[in-house]
Amino acid sequence: MEITIKYFGQLVDVTHKSEELLVVEPSTVATIIEELYHKYDELRNKDFQVAQNHELVSMDTKVTGAEIALLPPFSGG
Amino acid sequence: MIDRYNRHIILTEIGLEGQEKLLAAKVLVIGAGGLGCPVLQYLAAVGIGTIGIIDFDSVELSNLQRQVLYGKSSLGKNKAIAAKERLEDLNDDIIINAYPEALTYRNALSLFEKYDIIVDGSDNFETRYLVNDACLITKKPLVFGAIFKFEGQVSVFNYDRGPSYRCLFPKAPKKNTIPNCSEVGVLGVLPGIIGSMQANEVIKIVTGIGEVLSGKLLCYNTLSNQNNILQINRNQDIINQVLNNKLNFESQLLNLNCQAVNMVSIRSIRDTKDIQFIDVRELHEEPRIESVEVIAIPFSELEKHVALLITSTPKYVFCQSGVRSKKAVNYLTSHGITNCFSLEEGATEIDSFLKSDASLLIQINKETK
Repeated sequence: MEITIKYFGQLVDVTHKSEELLVVEPSTVATIIEELYHKYDELRNKDFQVAQNHELVSMDTKVTGAEIALLPPFSGG
Repeated sequence: MIDRYNRHIILTEIGLEGQEKLLAAKVLVIGAGGLGCPVLQYLAAVGIGTIGIIDFDSVELSNLQRQVLYGKSSLGKNKAIAAKERLEDLNDDIIINAYPEALTYRNALSLFEKYDIIVDGSDNFETRYLVNDACLITKKPLVFGAIFKFEGQVSVFNYDRGPSYRCLFPKAPKKNTIPNCSEVGVLGVLPGIIGSMQANEVIKIVTGIGEVLSGKLLCYNTLSNQNNILQINRNQDIINQVLNNKLNFESQLLNLNCQAVNMVSIRSIRDTKDIQFIDVRELHEEPRIESVEVIAIPFSELEKHVALLITSTPKYVFCQSGVRSKKAVNYLTSHGITNCFSLEEGATEIDSFLKSDASLLIQINKETK
């Protein structure tokens, strides 16, 4: 299945893109993240939450959606 | 009043009744920086009846790129005080309380109790988690805004049984993994946009019009103009953990890792008159600083000498690298010492700065006073 991965904030500085298309086997969010860690080693050091189709999900959630977003916290004011 | 707020009053959705609600509202703004400035400007303009501003920091030239309440005449002034002065000129119908101090576990609860809504415009995670937890305990809605380079996040937490910030990000990230504006830069207009959105949420909460951004995080990107709204669910377990810790809240100031430390740069000190420099290195550590008066209290002996520091004079603590000074300030503030700041630079950099041309200005300033 094809999914769009979106990156926010400082994660863009790691991946150098704000979104990309990924072709994956049906799996869980954790598997996708592991794949992205493999692709972007620096991601392992980053804190972020994951949203699937605009809803915050946990790592064991099944990937069903068209879009997965990686959302880091911002502290700036 | 009819004249000043006419454009609100003629809106059927707000009207006289809505305007009266705004005038009766009490809103506390944490931080009068990039986000705080536009928030405060609009809250004062629309007639929020009581506005509190808490900020320990002072205005620097590099703030003027985005902190729209200040001008050249504000440089060196405390931000809460400078903001209050500007806002009183904008609207003298309202009450503005300035708190020129840091928000800590010790003062947060009693301060939050005095207000209806809390707006977070702070610039570090320690303060953000402190604000969230204090809002949960005092049952105040939190209008959240945060920025990074070209992107912003906005939400309303702890509102009408909605989620809290911890339901989104349960714990503060690992130290030093997230850079702040002074390290990576920020687009000048970004806090203006995000802060205005925060002011908008305040107005909706107070007047009851529209839909409050609760249970959702709005992510805005200035470069792509993309707006993403992500849904967040309330996590009762996480909220209970905070509420169950309520009794220990104020004693958390003893936990060195949880406390917001007032970090400043030696370059931000505009006048060395009426301030104390405190060196917490051991006495054998070099270089010793001699171009200004310094009180030497080694970190290992800090406990014995706390009483010496019970003064209202601003105290700037430094060490070799900035680590012990931070711990020292944590320790001192947790023991009731106010007006205490940790210098970001280590002794070598401080020494060369104080000997440089830049600081000559400070010295001359001092002599002509």
